[in-house]
Amino acid sequence: MTSDSRRSFETGRFNFASFFFTGVTGLATALILAILAVILLNVFINGWSGLSWRFVTAGTEKDMFDVDKAGVFPMIFGTTARVILMTIFVIPVGVITAIYLTEYAHASSLFTRAIRSAVNNLAGVPSIVFGLFGLGFFINFLGHSVLDPALHPGHPEIIAWGKPAIIWASLTLAVMTLPVVIVTTEEALKAIAPGLREASLALGASKLETIVRIVLPQALPGIMTGGILAVSRAAGEVAPILFTGAAYYMASLPHSLTDQFMDLGYHVFVLSTQSPNVDKTKPILYGTVAVLLLLTFSLNLVAIFVRANMRKKLRAMN
Amino acid sequence: MAITNPGSKMNDSWVGIQRGQRVRPWAWLVEKGIFLVSLSAILMIFLIFVFVAREALPIFLGQVSTASGQKVIPVADMEKLTPAELQAYLGLTPRQYAEMDTDTKRTLMEVKIEELKGISKDPDTALNTVAWRQMIFGHQWSGYPAPVYIWQPVSEVQKYNIIPLLLGSLKATLVALLFSVPLSLGAAIYVSQLANPRVREWLKPMIELLAGIPSVVLGFFGLIVLATVLQKVFGYQSRLNAFVAGIALGLAIIPGVFSIAEDALTSVPRTYTQAALALGSSRWQAAWQIVLPAAIPGVFAAVVLGFGRAIGETMVVLMASGNASIVSWNIFDSARTMTATIAAEMAEAVVGGTHYRILFMLGTLLFVVTFVANLAGDLVIHRLKRRLEGKSA
Repeated sequence: MTSDSRRSFETGRFNFASFFFTGVTGLATALILAILAVILLNVFINGWSGLSWRFVTAGTEKDMFDVDKAGVFPMIFGTTARVILMTIFVIPVGVITAIYLTEYAHASSLFTRAIRSAVNNLAGVPSIVFGLFGLGFFINFLGHSVLDPALHPGHPEIIAWGKPAIIWASLTLAVMTLPVVIVTTEEALKAIAPGLREASLALGASKLETIVRIVLPQALPGIMTGGILAVSRAAGEVAPILFTGAAYYMASLPHSLTDQFMDLGYHVFVLSTQSPNVDKTKPILYGTVAVLLLLTFSLNLVAIFVRANMRKKLRAMN
Repeated sequence: MAITNPGSKMNDSWVGIQRGQRVRPWAWLVEKGIFLVSLSAILMIFLIFVFVAREALPIFLGQVSTASGQKVIPVADMEKLTPAELQAYLGLTPRQYAEMDTDTKRTLMEVKIEELKGISKDPDTALNTVAWRQMIFGHQWSGYPAPVYIWQPVSEVQKYNIIPLLLGSLKATLVALLFSVPLSLGAAIYVSQLANPRVREWLKPMIELLAGIPSVVLGFFGLIVLATVLQKVFGYQSRLNAFVAGIALGLAIIPGVFSIAEDALTSVPRTYTQAALALGSSRWQAAWQIVLPAAIPGVFAAVVLGFGRAIGETMVVLMASGNASIVSWNIFDSARTMTATIAAEMAEAVVGGTHYRILFMLGTLLFVVTFVANLAGDLVIHRLKRRLEGKSA
């Protein structure tokens, strides 16, 4: 397996085509890694000068394009708040769905196929369509047509829920990241040795008891990986929150579920497209991108390597 | 294995019953609850389609018209109108309407009358620009020498031709696929077939790391860095165009295409390669002539899913494509995609207005296109896996 791929096994004869194409495919791999490295180096080398303790703890009271005064604390706060809220919604639903799929579902039934197909399709829905969904369903329908009339009957002028808000942005992102949580949790559940379940059942535990006491604790690292991946994916998403809660500027931090919020990713977009002088504001722009990447990338790094380990375990078992 | 593969027998999920143990009612309830929650993915797909299409429904049914049959209502008749009618007549959002007092509304009515007088001089105002014919085919507007395709929602005569946007999306997607598919496939072949297994354990997660870069950062990279570098290399005129956006978009879809293709190649049984090697082929020959043909549906699926991802990507194209809605096949011209149009124009569209509904129609179109691409890709992969596992498809 580890032998030189450019030579035939038996003859050891040099094969030019093999040499050439191994080189070409290897080069493609190297090029992808090089692009990754260039992006990261570009962001962190240029972003380093913009990063400072003041930058990550200061607000943007005066002017968000002022290089000396601008800070990103409200954006860090907004992004963190919306992903934490999202996790509260998405983890239970995703984990329970995964439990159904691995522990209960009839693997070949049409019904299970439908759920799996829906999960795959949900993962492929464009992020901007999630934004439209959030606007059409959560804000216009749930907020404006259901909650507001129900909570303030007789006062059509009160608009508390039928407008962009952090809760709607979080719920939209929860729908978007549902497939990530389901797929990762499923992998984790499948990686648990079947002997554990069988032993538990043999000792007289019911199926539900086995799942709650034996399977779930074992799958916890996998479930957390799913959560981390979902958070890392959602933290950088901008399109779904454009119409559901992100604000260009807010004088204060959001203090209720129905407030709008400032967001790191959206701020990157604002700084790179609406700055009065792109060259002058470059330090803030690169600084903001560096903060965003540190957040999403470090999470992703952890998740991917935990996941790679889990897959190795799964392969070893089969 | 009966427990890890509960599908083998109908009653596996009721082990308690099989053993003669009575199932407690709360456990029964919890298990029903688990089942109900598991339906949420299906419910969500359904809700997304329904609530995105719902806002666009009047367009699909042809119930909306921009033809200015709008009557001029004298100011004196203001009291006769219901609040909803008045609000629609003045083109206000419910919130704006609620905040205004009667005098402001009266002034607005006077402004509206002046406005309608001005508009009615232009013969194009009599056209319904949201009819399918207007949205798909070119039209010779007054003052134009030939029929043209124009997307111009904010003007006296709103023009909603979707051809420039479709073309923009296709151009950017095509560039993205041409750039990323060869790279991803090459890398997938190398990582799954040719690389040293110990190196492979490292390579796969490293490439997947690219997926951890948010699309807004790729858009930023395209806008600030790539645009400048590529313009210097190729020497074209407009700095932001479909080509720059396509390359940046390609970076966004590489991890996805790579993962699926690599997965398909890896699922080809080891014995295929071993047999080829035993017959004296080189590792490359085994990969190219044995493994790749066996996995070709998976490769096809990877491309289809990459297409779906590329056409639905928003932030990259919004930032790097230049956003000019012109009809041109030249990839070095600035382009405006469907996704970028929705993202850029939704903020200025009045809720429930024509522009708003047209943007939801674009969203519905995107949903349907990506849904079909996903379903096709999903089906192909499912069949391939079954065949490689030796079951009939």
